[in-house]
Amino acid sequence: MRRLLFLAGGPVLALALSGCRNDMHHQAKIKPFRESKFFADGASARALPEGTVARGFLREDSALWRGHGPDGKFVEQIPVPLTRALLLRGQERFNVFCSPCHGRTGQGQGMIVQRGFKRPTSFHADRLRAERAGYFFDVITNGFGQMSGYAVQVTPEDRWAVVAWIRTLQASQHMPGDFLEKGDREHLDTAALASQPEPAASGHSPSKKSSLSSSETK
Amino acid sequence: MSQIFNRSTNAIARLSIWGAVFILGGVGWAASILNRSAYNTNQGVTVKQPVPFGHEHHVAGLGIDCRYCHSFVEKSASAGIPPTATCINCHKLIWSDSPMLEPVRESFRTGKPLNWRKVYDLPDFVYFDHSIHVAKGVGCVSCHGRVDKMRLTAQFPSLQMEWCIACHRNPEKFLRPKDRIFDLTWAAADQETLGRDLAKQNHLRSTVALTNCSTCHR
Ligand code: HEC
Ligand code: HEC
Ligand code: HEC
Ligand code: HEC
Ligand code: HEC
Ligand code: HEC
Repeated sequence: MRRLLFLAGGPVLALALSGCRNDMHHQAKIKPFRESKFFADGASARALPEGTVARGFLREDSALWRGHGPDGKFVEQIPVPLTRALLLRGQERFNVFCSPCHGRTGQGQGMIVQRGFKRPTSFHADRLRAERAGYFFDVITNGFGQMSGYAVQVTPEDRWAVVAWIRTLQASQHMPGDFLEKGDREHLDTAALASQPEPAASGHSPSKKSSLSSSETK
Repeated sequence: MSQIFNRSTNAIARLSIWGAVFILGGVGWAASILNRSAYNTNQGVTVKQPVPFGHEHHVAGLGIDCRYCHSFVEKSASAGIPPTATCINCHKLIWSDSPMLEPVRESFRTGKPLNWRKVYDLPDFVYFDHSIHVAKGVGCVSCHGRVDKMRLTAQFPSLQMEWCIACHRNPEKFLRPKDRIFDLTWAAADQETLGRDLAKQNHLRSTVALTNCSTCHR
């Protein structure tokens, strides 16, 4: 009888002990976003103490990291080499972070603006076409009026890439006609003719834009 | 002493030895069903959040890219849940007096983060990293489903080990080009050849390496 009890008790005990505790599922270690019981404010990710600089983050070159020289004046030109890779990177980041409001072409009519956000000035306005490169860098970093800064999401390297893409968009809308290859020019004219019945917003038909930007990105 | 058991019980005893096989089998089968059921895995289950945030509205309705909010998914292990400031970028002017968004505004005023609950939660003994999956060509949709159709975010896969392994054995079935990672609607015309080419191009490791226990338990 006692042996029977042992025989039956073993599996019952094993069943009872299994699956009750989840110590290994929820360990005391800290994973991203997990609350910390150790710090008073409960945040496990700690901010840098005031007045310290992390390794590799000294960033002495003011023009490169802040968009203005030591005199506080915005830099005129983009201080990194302009490459195809930089432009493509800029296009991608622009489409992710800026196009919801500024639109993919920078006219200022993105989806969020259509839903009631303040309409920003078009990047193709004369004032912004004449604006220095450092100004755009500064707006991305610190924001402007109703627009918040994007310093957290867009790294300084990426900010210059975005500025380079804004310049590309600006150029694409103000290309002198004889700058184009013959075939492109004809393509444009037929496209413009085809879209004439519609009142094109501010004189730029979509087909014009796409043919230009695609010839630039390909 | 009279007999306790009648002779006929011999037959029952013999039968129950046979029956035990089926009973045990049945219990095992029921356990495996239970183990794979949503009750155990939370597959398809939504979580009550402080704000009823909808991907349907923001992704499908407004066309916002995943990276606008989950900004670190390409670079780090964790995709990241957006800070309150990200919501405020838009909601300072949009639905700025909707009671539904009061917790967001309060969090922004007080600086106390919103307490988003995890929908996907792997046990702590499993190592997972988003960045390598993105870099090698696995799209969000392969693991998170059509979040753009979810009014509230639900867990798409079972998140059981067999689910990870099924893909690690045959990752070619899921690989896609770099510019389609965040596109939830895209599907390859010919996944077989594309997957084979991408596996070579992205230098995928062998199945042996990918199903090694120490890949995910380290
Ligand atoms: C949530 C919508 C929104 C997003 C996203 C956004 N902006 Fe803006 N942006 C605005 C608004 C609105 C203004 C005008 C602000 C004002 O006048 O108060 C503006 C202004 C600007 C200006 C200044 C224009 C001027 O008139 O001097 C620049 C430059 C700019 N944005 C660049 C960017 C870039 C680059 C990005 C992406 C990194 C971006 N914006 C993302 C809404 C947005
Ligand atoms: C407007 C911001 C925003 C955008 C854009 C966005 N998300 Fe989210 N996402 C959130 C917020 C806020 C949460 C937390 C609330 C929840 O679980 O729904 C979240 C949660 C998630 C979760 C569940 C995380 C968890 O375990 O708790 C997944 C998966 C996810 N998002 C995937 C995506 C994908 C894929 C895309 C792109 C198609 C995307 N998100 C775009 C804001 C966003
Ligand atoms: C890029 C701009 C943008 C961002 C960022 C954004 N929203 Fe929204 N959100 C909108 C717009 C626009 C609407 C209104 C939709 C409409 O008019 O169709 C909206 C609607 C909503 C709604 C009500 C509709 C619904 O069913 O979802 C909630 C709740 C909401 N947002 C929460 C959030 C939270 C929380 C965050 C931060 C994680 C956030 N939003 C970030 C633009 C944004
Ligand atoms: C290979 C499968 C896989 C892919 C591809 C994937 N995820 Fe995830 N995701 C997961 C798993 C698993 C978790 C749960 C992680 C945990 O609990 O530690 C998760 C968690 C999340 C979370 C919650 C926050 C976090 O990091 O824990 C968000 C947000 C998210 N994913 C967004 C995305 C986006 C956006 C993409 C597209 C770039 C994506 N995921 C691609 C499997 C995947
Ligand atoms: C849809 C396919 C898919 C799914 C599902 C998937 N993975 Fe992966 N995983 C991959 C691919 C592809 C790689 C890259 C392989 C390579 O580098 O050769 C990878 C690589 C990894 C790595 C290697 C990272 C490194 O640095 O060595 C880990 C860890 C990992 N996955 C964990 C997981 C876990 C845990 C799950 C389940 C929660 C999961 N994966 C689900 C496709 C997938
Ligand atoms: C591709 C990633 C991956 C690989 C490779 C992998 N595992 Fe796992 N393993 C997981 C995940 C994810 C879970 C969590 C499953 C769950 O929560 O249901 C897990 C859970 C487990 C558990 C715990 C089950 C439980 O319910 O507590 C054990 C034991 C385990 N794995 C053993 C192994 C062994 C042994 C190997 C090598 C043969 C291995 N794993 C390889 C992803 C992996």
